[in-house]
Amino acid sequence: MARFIVVRLARALLTIGIVVTFAFVVLRAAGDPARALLSPETPAEAVEAFRKAWGLDAPLWVQYLRYLFAVGHGDLGQSMRDGRSAITVVAERIPDTLMLTAPALILNLLIGIPAGIYAALKRDSIADRLVMMVAVVGFTVPSFVLGLVFVLAFAVELPWLPSGGAGTWQHLVLPVVTLGLGGAAVLARFSRSAMLEVLGQPYIRAASAKGVPWASVVTGHALPNAAIAVLTIVGFMVGNLIAGTVLVESVFSWPGIGSLLVVSVASRDLAVVQCILLVVAAAMITTNVAIDLLYGVLDPRMRALRSGRR
Amino acid sequence: MEALLQIAGLRVAFDGVPTLRGIDLTLKRGESLGMVGESGCGKSVTWLAALGLLTRRANITGSVRLAGEELLHAPASRLDKVRGGQIAMIFQDPASALNPVHTVGNQIIEALRLHRGMDHRTALAEARRLLDQVGIPDAARRLGAYPHQLSGGQSQRVVIAMALAGQPDILIADEPTTALDVTIQAQILELLRQIQRETGMALVLISHDLGIVSEICERVLVFYGGHIVEELPTDRLFDQPAHPYTRGLLAALPSLDAPRQRLFPIPGAVPNAADFPPGCPFAPRCDRRIGHCSEWAIELASLDGDIGHRAACLHVTSEPHQGEVVAA
Repeated sequence: MARFIVVRLARALLTIGIVVTFAFVVLRAAGDPARALLSPETPAEAVEAFRKAWGLDAPLWVQYLRYLFAVGHGDLGQSMRDGRSAITVVAERIPDTLMLTAPALILNLLIGIPAGIYAALKRDSIADRLVMMVAVVGFTVPSFVLGLVFVLAFAVELPWLPSGGAGTWQHLVLPVVTLGLGGAAVLARFSRSAMLEVLGQPYIRAASAKGVPWASVVTGHALPNAAIAVLTIVGFMVGNLIAGTVLVESVFSWPGIGSLLVVSVASRDLAVVQCILLVVAAAMITTNVAIDLLYGVLDPRMRALRSGRR
Repeated sequence: MEALLQIAGLRVAFDGVPTLRGIDLTLKRGESLGMVGESGCGKSVTWLAALGLLTRRANITGSVRLAGEELLHAPASRLDKVRGGQIAMIFQDPASALNPVHTVGNQIIEALRLHRGMDHRTALAEARRLLDQVGIPDAARRLGAYPHQLSGGQSQRVVIAMALAGQPDILIADEPTTALDVTIQAQILELLRQIQRETGMALVLISHDLGIVSEICERVLVFYGGHIVEELPTDRLFDQPAHPYTRGLLAALPSLDAPRQRLFPIPGAVPNAADFPPGCPFAPRCDRRIGHCSEWAIELASLDGDIGHRAACLHVTSEPHQGEVVAA
């Protein structure tokens, strides 16, 4: 187990290193921050001074080493737009984004998994077809389209909910539902196929042959096995949620990390973008580690593999 | 003795395609019955249908009576009591018949609680006794093991222990040794025979291996294409088979003690269930085929009085003298 943790930590550090480097290269290659941030009429000396102040005049590799050194010491630099530390700028947006993503994830799980299991148990019935039809629509429609449709329906035509902004719980409803439904659709399809796969296993028939009532076969024998496969997809869902939140926050002008990322990229606010990427990478790594640990809880074969014995 | 289980006119069709075409069989208390035939001939389906373990797609007709009680289309709650409690069934691949996420002990205890209403403590002790009985060493410790930690032979022993947990009257063993190494096969067969002796339950052994069946069983049913084509006492199986298919099976069997000789495969293949020949299903592959074979409504007919040797062959019905020796 100790070895497992060390390996995971090393891999996490490597991943973060790659993300940091990638962010550095892409942002520098994508254009000059001085030009993006300053107005075109700014005198050349002022632009030069801006570059010097932010260390953009040094050769790229020097900038890279400086940046790595700073990141290594927990210094993620300052926002070029308002001079505050990038960490502060990003950190103050995190709770808002969590306010969207956490309920959306719960919505994913609460709708997606039961719908998938139900469809699997009623395989080939009308209910199954209906659930799967809705699921196909759910994951083929992009979240920004779904968001705009919701705005049209529930904010414009039926003025029940605000079309954007933040403040009250009503502001949360549309973005959370938009973010949650796509994921629920994916999860429903995946849960269904995971469940069908398990229901076809010989040990399910063996449990029935042993006299276990069908309801207990489903809950006691099928679900614990299907959960292992579903867990994998939940890991991906967290990644999708983070990607989705960028779009959904923009559509609903929600003041979270996603809209901050859009603004910062547009204005080449290097430090903030890098900081967001780090936060996202860290979130993904944490999720993956959590999921790996959960595998161990759900699957005894995995436990044996990790402790190195059979 | 009175029949413990009586199957009459059992037919099964999947999506309109028949796989079982009218099976009649009786099983007496404590007897051991072998069922042989190629894969897909209906040996397993007979029991899966009897126990209601087929999918809803299967259309099942006929009658399955356990001590007089009709099991076909019985309510699920009743079938749950029968399964494992009166008729237990074990399957071919023991490794996949055990649920990978539950310990061996819990899987046995589950059956004990269902069928014998034991509390956890009593069930735990009984589970240990069962593992002892099926010859698992260090049973107390093995209760906490997961299926992936067991070898194939041990898994099959656990599966057998699980089947014994409900103290069934009938144990259906569906190819119980096919997935195992040859050395382990013999041990498992010996275990089945020993358990049958100790518990007095009836044993149904489904196998494609005539040797295994003849070692364990008193009576053999030969299946072909969803029919029983021959029923005979095991001691007549090797020297007095009546149906051409049974003879074909025997001729295709390599012999260890005889000098090396040619094997005689049965020509052709089992016909597809969807386009089944009329009349005798074996006729297209049969070397004794005559014109009437494909017009004949296949039916088991008795040979030699009441020793329980019956065959479904036109030649048997038309030639009263039987008991030919197979041409070697």
